[in-house]
Amino acid sequence: MRHEISILIIGLLAVLTTASIVAAILSARAPKPLSSTLVNLTQRINAWWVMVALMTVAFFFGRYGMTILFALISFAALREFVTLTHTRRSDHWVLLGMFGIIIPFQYWLVWTAWYGLFVIFIPVYCFLLMPAITALHGDTERFLERIAAQQWAVMISVYCVSHVPALLTLNVPGFEGRTLLLIAFLIIVVQGSDVLQYIFGKLFGKHRFSPNVSPSKTWEGLIGGLVSASLLGALLSFVTPFSPLQAAAVAFVACSMGFLGGLVASAIKRDQGVKDWGHLIEGHGGMMDRTDSLVFAAPVFFHIVRYFWTV
Amino acid sequence: MNKLSLKTFTLLQTVTSVGLSALAWMVTGVRPIWNGSLPSDRQRIYFANHTSHGDFILLSACLSEKERAITHAVAAGEYWGKSRLRRFIAEDMLSSVLINRQWTKPEENPIEIMLSVLDQGHSLILFPEGTRNMTDEPLLAFRSGLYNLSMARPEVELIPCWIENMSRVLPKGQFLPVPLLCRVVFGAPVAVGPGEERRAFLERAHATLLALNPRPERDD
Repeated sequence: MRHEISILIIGLLAVLTTASIVAAILSARAPKPLSSTLVNLTQRINAWWVMVALMTVAFFFGRYGMTILFALISFAALREFVTLTHTRRSDHWVLLGMFGIIIPFQYWLVWTAWYGLFVIFIPVYCFLLMPAITALHGDTERFLERIAAQQWAVMISVYCVSHVPALLTLNVPGFEGRTLLLIAFLIIVVQGSDVLQYIFGKLFGKHRFSPNVSPSKTWEGLIGGLVSASLLGALLSFVTPFSPLQAAAVAFVACSMGFLGGLVASAIKRDQGVKDWGHLIEGHGGMMDRTDSLVFAAPVFFHIVRYFWTV
Repeated sequence: MNKLSLKTFTLLQTVTSVGLSALAWMVTGVRPIWNGSLPSDRQRIYFANHTSHGDFILLSACLSEKERAITHAVAAGEYWGKSRLRRFIAEDMLSSVLINRQWTKPEENPIEIMLSVLDQGHSLILFPEGTRNMTDEPLLAFRSGLYNLSMARPEVELIPCWIENMSRVLPKGQFLPVPLLCRVVFGAPVAVGPGEERRAFLERAHATLLALNPRPERDD
């Protein structure tokens, strides 16, 4: 595994270094003051350096590092989500439970690899008990809207995100002890697809995909991003249990889900009248702005691998 | 007159202030929005809406280390002066200035105490509603302290600061905070106009602060 990790890290460093050099050259040549796109590009690349560094550190701490890192990502994402929704005083205990009970318990289930409860704890127990607690408080003002927002917040920020470290619990024959690489593959492919869609969109984007939802998403960006991300997947098949063709297909499905995740996140932001979820990551917005695609891709990727590759 | 002699932070006050600012960031991701004023180490009175004990922590977390060391929250002496422990927390840890609203002796005059802080070159954080707002109103009527201070020391800037979401983080009667993102919006300085009446000024300051709320429809 050490060999594969070294190659991935060297590859990422090469890509980031190239990106920083390109951005520096573009900025040096561009008329001053720099356009907001160029300033934002540099901020985004700088933030990528930090994110890649954090991921690498977490990677070296293995199962501990991944579980804690994604629990923190869930915390940040849930906080952004709940801030946007309508809450009332009577929701206090449910909201506290979301942060104080659901996040720790869901990640404890990931840690102990208790698959049976991991998949149903949130969609069965939390989804039934959370509205029950809200109803017990007797405050029916905008009731359906409140409980729906709470459930979707937990679904997106905790349930879906927790499927990333849950990849470590999968038992793929012939791939024992290397499941960390599945996480690396998923994140590189899905985040790579985001970046590639952005680049293809900026270079060739003409036809808007859905002007009502997200003005920045174009057909050119989508197709260019998905095709190149699938190729990236095939290229990375050496770190996975997949053949190159399988890796391309899995990457294609994951990145398509990622695209839909970004679209849904944009629709929610538009509905709530905000441009970004938050300001945690300079140039990118909040945690949810960076993880919206991963959130949709992770559970589907998890179940594809579990269904076709585990025993 | 009460001779408060203020120094910059003791070690305990520095540790407390750094610790609380870090805690505020972890729970609320607090960040300042400078909308009409800019960070500055000139002498100021920051006045803000008040719904919870966390307000002062959020506001001071938005100030620089240097400003925090010379900025003191004005707190109710009836509450914070009641026991030795409370007084220790308020004065020795948070470096607040305690005032009694039901004062009798001349050395307890709140305005004199606050002026003595200003005269030592320090800044104040003031909650002009006078108490934590436990009602459904977004902002209670202001007491006159703000006007009196501004009349006595017109050179000190009055900066309105809207603290967002704290009533959702810590609703009334609760002591465990829900982590929600909070911002503190710092507005343009307000000053008493020539010949402006006490009441007119207080209402104007009140309206200015209220207008800083970036998402008024969220308050509930």
